[in-house]
Amino acid sequence: MIALLIRDLRLAFRAGGGFGLGLGFFLILAVLVPLGVGPDPVTLGIIAPGILWVGALLACLLSLDRLFALDHEDGSLDLLATSPIPLEGVVAVKALAHWGTTGLPLALAAPVLGILLNLPGAAYATLMLSLILGTPALSMIGAFGAALTVGLKRGGLLLSLLVLPMYMPTLVFGAQAVTRAAQGLDPTTPLVLLAGITAGSTALLPFAAAFALRINLR
Amino acid sequence: MELRVTDLACARGGLPLIEGLSFTVAGGEALVLRGPNGSGKTTLLRTLAGLQPALSGEISCPPEQMTYAAHADGLKATLSVAENLSFWAAIHGQRDIAPALDAMNLADLAERPAQSLSAGQKRRLGLARLLVTGRWLWVLDEPTVSLDADSVALFAAVVRGHLAQGGAALMATHIDLGLAEARVLELAPYKAGLPADLGFDEAFL
Amino acid sequence: MASLWEYANPVKFMRLSNWLMPVSAVLAAALIAVGLYWGFFLTPDDYRQGATIKIIFLHVPAALMAINAWAMMLVTSLIWLIRRHHVSALAAKAAGPIGATMTLIALITGAIWGQPMWGTWWAWDPRLTSFLILFLFYVGYIALWSAIEDPDTAADLTAVLCLVGSVFAVLSRYAALFWNQGLHQGASLSVAPGTRMDWSYKGPLYLCMIGFVLLFVALVLAGTRTEIRARRSRALMTRERARA
Repeated sequence: MIALLIRDLRLAFRAGGGFGLGLGFFLILAVLVPLGVGPDPVTLGIIAPGILWVGALLACLLSLDRLFALDHEDGSLDLLATSPIPLEGVVAVKALAHWGTTGLPLALAAPVLGILLNLPGAAYATLMLSLILGTPALSMIGAFGAALTVGLKRGGLLLSLLVLPMYMPTLVFGAQAVTRAAQGLDPTTPLVLLAGITAGSTALLPFAAAFALRINLR
Repeated sequence: MELRVTDLACARGGLPLIEGLSFTVAGGEALVLRGPNGSGKTTLLRTLAGLQPALSGEISCPPEQMTYAAHADGLKATLSVAENLSFWAAIHGQRDIAPALDAMNLADLAERPAQSLSAGQKRRLGLARLLVTGRWLWVLDEPTVSLDADSVALFAAVVRGHLAQGGAALMATHIDLGLAEARVLELAPYKAGLPADLGFDEAFL
Repeated sequence: MASLWEYANPVKFMRLSNWLMPVSAVLAAALIAVGLYWGFFLTPDDYRQGATIKIIFLHVPAALMAINAWAMMLVTSLIWLIRRHHVSALAAKAAGPIGATMTLIALITGAIWGQPMWGTWWAWDPRLTSFLILFLFYVGYIALWSAIEDPDTAADLTAVLCLVGSVFAVLSRYAALFWNQGLHQGASLSVAPGTRMDWSYKGPLYLCMIGFVLLFVALVLAGTRTEIRARRSRALMTRERARA
């Protein structure tokens, strides 16, 4: 399992692996929004939590369609399915690698973008914490969506259509936590709910995703 | 160690292809599957490897004792030859990849990225993977595609070595590997007759 | 007494639905016609909301079926996954577009009602938002069905999506409540004592609700029959192909 994690991380960092694409997208979004909304710092400060969370969500979505599709194309998925590692473990590890190359860097970069968007000072710690707690759920839900669409020729668009509605609770709790912190309120409740979604997704979705993968392989 | 298949039926896309197939492969034996295109060789091999369910029949050997190799080699273009092979070795709980590299004549290429290999070299790397799985039954689908005559001989020697250690091989191939001891199983007699009650869609007729 | 599972056989299902579908369709038409006539022409206007409230005779039954259609898909998906009855999977497939349409009707009638009442066509109210998200779940479900060629693979994958989607749809409902407390009035019908509604409203509303249930049954039966016929022609073609 560790070998698989190392391989996926290594692939992401090698040329053409797509590491940094999500971060770049995240940055561009944080630049485009003020250009569209106007430079008023008060307005930006109010919408910053929502923009940062929506940006993180879309950045996660960018690399999802490659999660299983590449392994499916080159036959690795067949070989992994016949290997001693349970397919549920394969799903969990690949989702973890996806999180390590998208969600985690996003969480670390988010404060910088918060400055660009004039996020109130009280919210930075909550912003990072909420992203660290919430983005694993995004990767896990995304892995389920990717497992459903792995056999399809043009699965990317369908994947977004399937996954985005399921991202909604994570987005609400994540953005609410940051908004509350920005207003000086206690963000504990949404943070706990966010952690709950991540825990639940990590516990249950590998089984659903592995089931979908087995169906797509047969 | 023995693979015993009893009265097996398998289907592709809801259409039964093979039925009533029985055979055994014991340790030290090689069995070559022959049949025209579309006769269900790939379907049979995937069914044995546990990638798709059989319609009926029994397979005595669990998929955990087999390793499957098909047209796609499962190689990552940006990883080197050694990295690719080490990954599959680690997945199967093995460490040492040197014997496999030597056996498939890949030692000189070990540090090259897989994308710079020729089709035949990629195939050799894909087959070297068999050696690092540590599994006794090799299920091979057209293993010699894009191999030149020398490489085919090299691979035949590897298979022979595997058989000598008590392993077994089940392969679908059109090329004669030069394995004199291999038995041949013609699939044509087991072509599924129709209409059969095996396919799901028949319930709608 | 024949077991319910007998109707998992497509032939028996076709025989049953052959009379059940027209009967439920006619009953649905009659109940909805009577309910709407009663509600629109015989029921007095509300002292606060005027005539606009009468849209509930469409809005509430549509909203009811929007949720129940998903619940039915959930049950039929489970039956498919556990017992592999093809009719069950096809009924789930048929229910998808119908449920989506019901959701759309509920959203549109809600907007038409909301405009004079709240002064806006749309508000990001938790109920409205939940319904919009439910609609997105329906769209995804329908899209997955249409994207996959092999019918059994499609049935399996959409069934898993339905199961997982149900969990997230319920989560979304609570997330929406957490997010915004909303304008929408509470449930109009209540079994608790001290009901807020007069029989001149409840009567037509109940009629329309039963009518919509029957309408849904008729539509699902019709859709399932179409799907079964499509599968039958597919099976025939497969057999021809195999013989050739």
